[in-house]
Amino acid sequence: MQKNAYFTGLTVPLLLLLPQLAITVVFFYWPASQAVWQSFLLQDAFGTSTEFVWFENYQALFSDPGYLKAFINTAIFSSFVCVLSLSIALLFAVMADRQIRGAEVYKTLLIWPYAVAPAVAGVLWLFMFDPSLGMLARGLSTMGIAWNPRLNGNDAMLLVILAATWKQISYNFLFFLAGLQSIPKSVIEAAVIDGARPMRRFWTIIFPLLSPTTFFLLVVNIVYVFFDTFGIIDTITGGGPSGATETLVYKVFSDGKGGSNLGGSAAQSVILLIMVIGMTAVQFRFIERKVNY
Amino acid sequence: MAQVTLINVKKIYPGGVEAVKGVSFDIPDGGFCVLVGPSGCGKSTLLRMVAGLETISAGEVSIGTRIVNEIGPADRDIAMVFQNYALYPHMSVYENMSYGLRNRGTPKDEIDARVKEAARILAIENLLERRPRQLSGGQRQRVAMGRAIVRKPQVFLFDEPLSNLDAKLRVQMRVEIKKLQRALGVTAIYVTHDQVEAMTLSDKLVVMNGGQVEQIGLPSEVYKKPASKFVATFIGSPPMNILPGTIDGPGIVALGDAILEARDLREDLAVQTPVEIGLRPEDVEIASEGQAGSLPFDVEFIEELGATQLFHGQLAGLPFVMQAATDVVAAQAGRIWITVDPDRVHVFDTVTGARLGHV
Repeated sequence: MQKNAYFTGLTVPLLLLLPQLAITVVFFYWPASQAVWQSFLLQDAFGTSTEFVWFENYQALFSDPGYLKAFINTAIFSSFVCVLSLSIALLFAVMADRQIRGAEVYKTLLIWPYAVAPAVAGVLWLFMFDPSLGMLARGLSTMGIAWNPRLNGNDAMLLVILAATWKQISYNFLFFLAGLQSIPKSVIEAAVIDGARPMRRFWTIIFPLLSPTTFFLLVVNIVYVFFDTFGIIDTITGGGPSGATETLVYKVFSDGKGGSNLGGSAAQSVILLIMVIGMTAVQFRFIERKVNY
Repeated sequence: MAQVTLINVKKIYPGGVEAVKGVSFDIPDGGFCVLVGPSGCGKSTLLRMVAGLETISAGEVSIGTRIVNEIGPADRDIAMVFQNYALYPHMSVYENMSYGLRNRGTPKDEIDARVKEAARILAIENLLERRPRQLSGGQRQRVAMGRAIVRKPQVFLFDEPLSNLDAKLRVQMRVEIKKLQRALGVTAIYVTHDQVEAMTLSDKLVVMNGGQVEQIGLPSEVYKKPASKFVATFIGSPPMNILPGTIDGPGIVALGDAILEARDLREDLAVQTPVEIGLRPEDVEIASEGQAGSLPFDVEFIEELGATQLFHGQLAGLPFVMQAATDVVAAQAGRIWITVDPDRVHVFDTVTGARLGHV
């Protein structure tokens, strides 16, 4: 017996797929292929002449110490933001899952930061930690802690990490909470009767059962931290001081727009594209294999 | 091994809903107690209070010689089998069964010996490396029981463990649970809404309704002398026929124009008191017309059940069902005459539903 209805010709399915395909082609494949093409070109500063230069842009990039620095910055920034936002969100979700009264209010309040635009979030944190205006910065200085993200690269990095983490916690929290609530209550009760104390219960039952959620969030967070943190970095530090918070995606922008090095910028975005494809493939192959039940 | 005692146990939820309204009974060491009742009668809540998964609002629960009100579920020395099995999906059968022992720091070789022994008893030795999702419903059920028995607890708690199985498997597992409990000699409390399970498994049957105990006793006692109209209609299949009648004298009730003798009826009731008369379908026998004490029964249709048949119709103008052997041949419709053993006529108070019988 035939279970599913299906189309005999190709016309109808293609027609139905067309809007999705059109969007993907216009907004993804076309710009991506343009970037690849652009990365092989060299333009003069006024855009009057363009020359095909093969891999020269890439060669220049890999001999640029600034690019290596952007790599290191990205590694530091992304690992801190991912680890912090995932673990803090998980902690909040576990607490929200446990409490009963006022849980709705608590959840709603925690979701708000997600609705804040990255640039706005950046400005918010910029003001709070501004060495001369910010309340929190003043608090730090009265405690005798030297703080100046405008001059100190480490301070600047810490500030963007905090802002980017804060912004992402609510998203992760929502998914973790949903994940926790989908674990059957009786499984937890069985573990209680089996004599597992709360910490052991968490690590042996709850955390493994959450692993599909954790895996999904890991992928989403890496994409977030690579691309969507641009607004936060741009408003808080602008990549400074002296490139201390310049991540790969930020350098694509600053070299292309500020430095007018379109070819170099395009080469960077191609590398970024390859990296993200590679990382996602690795995640799906190796991490998802462990996510099983 | 231990006896379980409940003294005036209550569960009051925040907001004042009283789910269990003061229940007292005890289960002897090695006894098999079944809590039965319709959904929402508080039977599961009561079981969960014994397990320690719900707090006890008032009263006292003791296991063995200990009062366990303030003791956590892990330290009550109980094991529970859940309706949906509640197996750990990310662990193998072996890991599922050994989890409780590992949490308690039992030596590895002892864990191994106990798991293997339980697996042998339950005939799941070849499944130890599998994951729960690779098992059938019946196999999962066995693993859940295995997880309970490796711990060698003092009390087994079963929360509707068979309701997710198909009818055939349910009968088979029912027998196995009973055998296992006998063999291990562990006190058991079993919650179900299925009256067949309740009758067959228990040696102490507790019928609950609306948070209260309706009757406690041996299953045969509960069946033969239901303490209330609720119990009478809940236990037994097809359910007991309930017909309105009146007191007609000591040990005599009137049902329409007919007179019935009821040997268990109390003598102190005034004539003409309205009562409700209960007659089990299987207690009714076919008589010849005009036989003393016989009642006219207008059969409307017959249900063949294979081993028996059910006659549906009207007795004194009211819906009535009787069960008859298959060799009884009756016209598909028409009047027949029936009698009932006076020892098997149940009389209940119209208002309270209580049995009007000798104490």
